Amino acid sequence: MGNLYTGAEIVFKCLEDQKVDYLFGYPGGAVLPIYDELKNHPSIKHILVRHEQGAGHAAEGYARSSGKPGVVLVTSGPGATNVVTALTDAYMDSVPLVCISGQVPTHLIGTDAFQECDTTGITRPCTKHNWLVKDIKDLPRIMHEAFEVATTGRPGPVLVDIPKDVQFAKVKYSKFRKKKKLNGKALNRFNQKQIDQLINLMSKASKPVFYTGGGVINSGPKASELLRELVSLTGFPITSTLQGLGAYPGDDNQFLGMLGMHGTYEANNAMHDCDLLINIGARFDDRITGKIDEFSPKSKKVHIDIDPSSINKIIKVDLSIVGDVSDVIRSITKTLKKKNLNLEKSNKQKISKWWQQIQKWRTKQSLNFINSDTIIKPQYAVQRLYELTKNQDTYITTEVGQHQMWAAQHYKFNKPNRWMTSGGLGTMGYGLPAAVGVQVAHPKKLVVDIAGEASILMTMQEISTAVQYNLPIKIFILNNQYMGMVRQWQELLHEKNYSESYSEALPDFVKLAEAYGCVGIRAKSPGELDEKIKKMINIDKPVIFDCHVDQDENCFPMIPSGKPHNQMLLGPKDQEENKITGKGKALV
Amino acid sequence: MTKSKSAYSAPSKIGKLDTHIFVIWVDNEAGVLARVVGLFSGRGYNIESLAVAEVDHKKNLSRVTIVTVGTPQVIEQITLQLKKLVPVHKVANFKREDKKVIFKEMALLKVLGNQVKIKKAISACKKFNPVILDKTNKSIVIQITALRREIDKMSKNLKPLGLISVSRTGAVAMTRGAEIFN
Repeated sequence: MGNLYTGAEIVFKCLEDQKVDYLFGYPGGAVLPIYDELKNHPSIKHILVRHEQGAGHAAEGYARSSGKPGVVLVTSGPGATNVVTALTDAYMDSVPLVCISGQVPTHLIGTDAFQECDTTGITRPCTKHNWLVKDIKDLPRIMHEAFEVATTGRPGPVLVDIPKDVQFAKVKYSKFRKKKKLNGKALNRFNQKQIDQLINLMSKASKPVFYTGGGVINSGPKASELLRELVSLTGFPITSTLQGLGAYPGDDNQFLGMLGMHGTYEANNAMHDCDLLINIGARFDDRITGKIDEFSPKSKKVHIDIDPSSINKIIKVDLSIVGDVSDVIRSITKTLKKKNLNLEKSNKQKISKWWQQIQKWRTKQSLNFINSDTIIKPQYAVQRLYELTKNQDTYITTEVGQHQMWAAQHYKFNKPNRWMTSGGLGTMGYGLPAAVGVQVAHPKKLVVDIAGEASILMTMQEISTAVQYNLPIKIFILNNQYMGMVRQWQELLHEKNYSESYSEALPDFVKLAEAYGCVGIRAKSPGELDEKIKKMINIDKPVIFDCHVDQDENCFPMIPSGKPHNQMLLGPKDQEENKITGKGKALV
Repeated sequence: MTKSKSAYSAPSKIGKLDTHIFVIWVDNEAGVLARVVGLFSGRGYNIESLAVAEVDHKKNLSRVTIVTVGTPQVIEQITLQLKKLVPVHKVANFKREDKKVIFKEMALLKVLGNQVKIKKAISACKKFNPVILDKTNKSIVIQITALRREIDKMSKNLKPLGLISVSRTGAVAMTRGAEIFN
């Protein structure tokens, strides 16, 4: 006869079996039995956050930077509702999270009990799946199923809601055995014929482009290696979405930079003019495609994705390959090598004209900005940060807004899992807690949250978490006193009516840092920037870096919504040139 | 340059709309219907009718039949999104015009009136397998099975004969011949 264990013990047994090292959480009435059990499991460390949303984002940062699922533990009612933003964020960006929430005892469910809410109801649309465990006998199976659903197929968040009486109830524990085939489990559905078709298209193409996304990162570090091999083998240009940055080296010559609304001129024009578009692990998001009807009008389109529902959702494709990115690329490369050894050379010849065109676009230098020697330009700040940190393995998180786009444009990533940003949901306040999670996963590495002063105030409380656990994260605030992206849209589209986008009464971030027990640094002029960034890097404590930047700077290039890729708005330099030639404002 | 006033793109042309019938096999567990229906409402798909009941007690399987309207692209999305739900085992979908599939709805009709009107009501239902479930001097309850539009028509025709209450199910579907859904 096996021993009987309480629900709380079973939770930890499952976490141990799943090799979980860290929990991000916040205690409360309905999870007290689980918190009580924590002391008996020294291999699992609990990180106490200051708000449940922070727990969720920290777990996301942990998951994205380590490749392992992030685990969150929250109480019922407000604990669960506070984590909803993070769950939705993880759902949109395909981050594996397992959220365990407490619930009022089963006999009180439905009575509007204290701190009761319909957690599984509320989180149903923002999780891959969720469970309300009403019977202790189901708990071990559900816990393991939760990890399986979260991590297989297209990853995502799941939630297990455990009523308090179930945490006390006892049952036997049997080790997990893989049983029925889950839906998320069905991975590879492609065949050699499809690979052959793709290679046929590739050999015929004269203007090909790879468009890669977060799926490459989610497929593991191996996928990035394979991608690099494939790209060099074919000689094709490659562009990446926001989430895919780092899968391919940002400073490589074949890399066109990020595409989309704030992507480079060359990347977006290549997307528009190409005759073969190979999407690897991206999802044709609306910030990428611009106007659907005029999206890449002349190309054959290929879509490689693990999620069948991503195919033909927004853009009709000519060839779809459903499978794990690593496996698909491995197949492609293998077939390429086997089939036609000359392909790479003949291809290079064929597409040399294409590369000439791309070089022409590159001369626009669309990421350029007019620098200043009196005021810090935000792009310059990111560039300096990059130059001063590129010699070490640096992890970057961001909040959401202009600073996020400048970080994506000017920080060059060379490895996967080094870039954590909220892309799909666009959650302001993501970066600080995410940095906490990243630093937990990589205690010795440099972790910088490139932030905006508005975003950072949304989850500022988590700096206290960083101080408590000696997590030396660096909060690099590009402070322009505006919700910059809102201000930019208002300037361009709403006749400069800056409705509610200016933050009056901002805190003194240096004093705030000191109040939290970390270090505050302020930089106001370009001359002092380098020295202060170096100082920040060398402090082995959390740092808040208040970088005062130009208030009026806008993020260019930009595709205004509803426009196709070849109608980009370029930066001030180009706008001036256009005025001189009388071509009118900003249109190419 | 005319500027888009929104941070979002304008809608593009809407394609041709078709009526489709989805048949979905799901685990019969708490909340499963909410997952299926929530997927439809959350992604802006229509539900014209819905029928659901357990069909295999041993395997704990329920069969959901949903009638919906959408462009071919939307219909494909519905299929793929449904298949992603963890408790969903199998999804089939048919065009309403599909000759290989039988679609039926059931309706209960209550008619109040004198014997003449009631007789007329019964004969009006003749084509639709009428079953008389209850009868008094002044009233009758008739069960009919038919297509949606036929029942629509019947409810209209029976109004002058004293129809005062209609209760209808959603459509259920089955393939003709020896074939089964797969």
